Amino acid sequence: MHIISDKNQIMEENNNTHSPNDPEKSKASTRRNFLKNLGLAGVGVATGAAALYSGHIFEAKKEATGESKVLLTQDGKLVSVDSLEIKSHEKTGEDLRESQSREGIPGRRWVMVTDLSKCRNARKCINACQDAHQLRPEQYHMNTLQMQDTPNTAPYNMPKNCQHCDNPPCVAVCPVDATYKRPDGIVLIENDRCIGCRFCMAACPYSARIFNWLEPKDAAAHQGQDYNAELNVPQKLGTISKCLFSADRLREGKLPYCVEACPNGVYYFGDENEDAVTNGTTKETVRLSKLLRDNGGYQLMPELGTKPRVYYLPPKNRLFPFEEAKDATPEKV
Amino acid sequence: MTMDDNNLTFDKITSDLTHHIRINKGFLIWMGVLTAALATCLYAYSLQLRTGLGVAGIRDYVTWGLYLSNFVFFVAASLIGMLVSAVLGLAGMKWITPITRIAETIAVAFAAVAGLVIVSDMGRPERLAYVFIYGRPQSPILWDVTVIITYFVLSLLLLYLPLIADMAIIHRKVDKLPSWLKVIYKSLSLNFTDNPAQNKVISRSIRILLILLVPAALSIHTVTSWLFAVTSRAGWDSTIFGPYFVSGAFVAGSAAVIIAMFFFRKNYRLENYLTESHFDKMGKVLATVSMVYLYFNINEYLVPGYKLQRADAIHLAELFTGKDALRFWLVQIGGLILPILLLLFGYFRKPLPILVISIAVLVAAWFKRYLIVIPTQEHPFLPIQHVPHNFMVYSPTLIESMITIAPFIMVLMIITLISKFFPVIPLHETAVEKGVEHIKFE
Repeated sequence: MHIISDKNQIMEENNNTHSPNDPEKSKASTRRNFLKNLGLAGVGVATGAAALYSGHIFEAKKEATGESKVLLTQDGKLVSVDSLEIKSHEKTGEDLRESQSREGIPGRRWVMVTDLSKCRNARKCINACQDAHQLRPEQYHMNTLQMQDTPNTAPYNMPKNCQHCDNPPCVAVCPVDATYKRPDGIVLIENDRCIGCRFCMAACPYSARIFNWLEPKDAAAHQGQDYNAELNVPQKLGTISKCLFSADRLREGKLPYCVEACPNGVYYFGDENEDAVTNGTTKETVRLSKLLRDNGGYQLMPELGTKPRVYYLPPKNRLFPFEEAKDATPEKV
Repeated sequence: MTMDDNNLTFDKITSDLTHHIRINKGFLIWMGVLTAALATCLYAYSLQLRTGLGVAGIRDYVTWGLYLSNFVFFVAASLIGMLVSAVLGLAGMKWITPITRIAETIAVAFAAVAGLVIVSDMGRPERLAYVFIYGRPQSPILWDVTVIITYFVLSLLLLYLPLIADMAIIHRKVDKLPSWLKVIYKSLSLNFTDNPAQNKVISRSIRILLILLVPAALSIHTVTSWLFAVTSRAGWDSTIFGPYFVSGAFVAGSAAVIIAMFFFRKNYRLENYLTESHFDKMGKVLATVSMVYLYFNINEYLVPGYKLQRADAIHLAELFTGKDALRFWLVQIGGLILPILLLLFGYFRKPLPILVISIAVLVAAWFKRYLIVIPTQEHPFLPIQHVPHNFMVYSPTLIESMITIAPFIMVLMIITLISKFFPVIPLHETAVEKGVEHIKFE
């Protein structure tokens, strides 16, 4: 408003400087009037436009309800957003898979119990695992070792996979966050990220990690396949691989490949939060705490402070005699 | 002051220290041979890029092999810049003046190439940038990258700053140089005219660099040792790995400097500048750092050897009497104990005997890194079973050996280029120290 009044004032001043009776000046006056009118028209247009614009802003404001909701963003900030502006965001395809593989399965704390008294080194778990993860015969996510702790104690078979430590040395040393610990307890690998420095292999006291030194098995056949971190396939040259607790199977509500494949009831798998584990062979579900308590459950090298999520039941009253295992792997790879 | 010193003029010093700066046949042949050798090794690397790290002998258990032990060796050798320039220099040792540039050249060459050595050990070298994009500060690799870059930059500056005055002298005083070379020297000299203000800035900057160099150098090798010491493996799980590696680095670096001194003295006729007394003093330095290293070696082997915890016992048995015993004892006796004993006698600190000793020490220093890195991995906590034989016992392949040799060729090339185009011995500093009449900068 004050712009218009200023303009009027200036125009008034202009009028006062000239006498209206002067004929010479009367022409000029007409011209001045014209200019004055033009000026007024201009002001009018500007005012109209301003009014229209502010009206538009007002309309836009009216669209929202003014009712704000407080939301938590992905990076953990609280923000207030108008309720009408909120749209549900659905992740699809690769995005979904990527965020799922980092976030894990909500509310779960996966745990495995391996009963050494039942293992006769049938190696069915190993085969199922290698099939699922596109591994060569000498590449193990799960390997059965023939153990003898001291010269005078009995030998036994010990299936050994990634212990999915709660204090994982491998995750600590990874320079690029390619291997990570999920809230549901699983340690995963993202082989799109891995730079192949192998520091994680050096750091792992359980020798649980393997490396794709050469082109992975049937690489040509799996080319172009979407990468799934929960299955870690397709395997990629120059990157790490290891046991994933079959995270893809757990998402479908199924037991891991090895657990399901065991013919001898060696494996129990379940959720620590529920205090329940299911035997992969008998499908019997038992209390985790009771199973560990009654059978003297223990962990591998707990003195290292790695806090494994795999428990072992000692190899007493073994169901099978110990036999030296024959190697099926080639002499040199 | 010797007779020589009395007869020295500024022109004589300039000509003595710069007469080698010319492109001659010998230089071209030498660089030609190095280039051809490097090309062959790079071809080997191209095979690795195409086929994968599997062309090397490393496998799932011995996952760090020659490349990584070579990396440790390169970082170690680069540490000598700190010992000579910073430690001895800041302590006020005047005799190191003619050696400082040799030490800095070696430091720059090894530090620059160390970065490439570690890239050759990556399964996915094309993802190198991920270390900067996704870098996690809790990984010692990030610390290593940071301190190596820092140390390299500091060493490069420390090599360059004393060269400013030398460049100013050379482009004015030395004739018979190709004009393009003179242009380079002139621009590198940054219009240095030897006025007090410029000298003050330079000497102050050098002093700051020398002080910064000490923590940077300590960090690079300490952090490199932590790549091993942060794991719980027998042979690596040690709290003294930092000082153990640093003292070992000084041994390797001192030996490298003595070798370089010998060849520069002979090839560039620097007998009046790199005197027998310099070899004698460097011999005492080498003996001293070797004794410190021996002390850490005793700690590193005797303490676990006394307790013989299971994993340590297996590891030590393999070193002392097992598969690695020959290498181990050659390194410990031939590369450490014997050199210390010999260097106690003046005769063995003369140029030729100390050259032989230094070569033995340097070769042993390389094998020492091999012995630190590899045997530990052949004996993890859990047995190695159901895998091919070459997974259980590490043996380097030909391609791997060639890729391991490549960085040495690069270091030789860098040292050759720097020493060929710049005075090996600081020209300006030598003139100032000898108190000879000075060039007039117009």
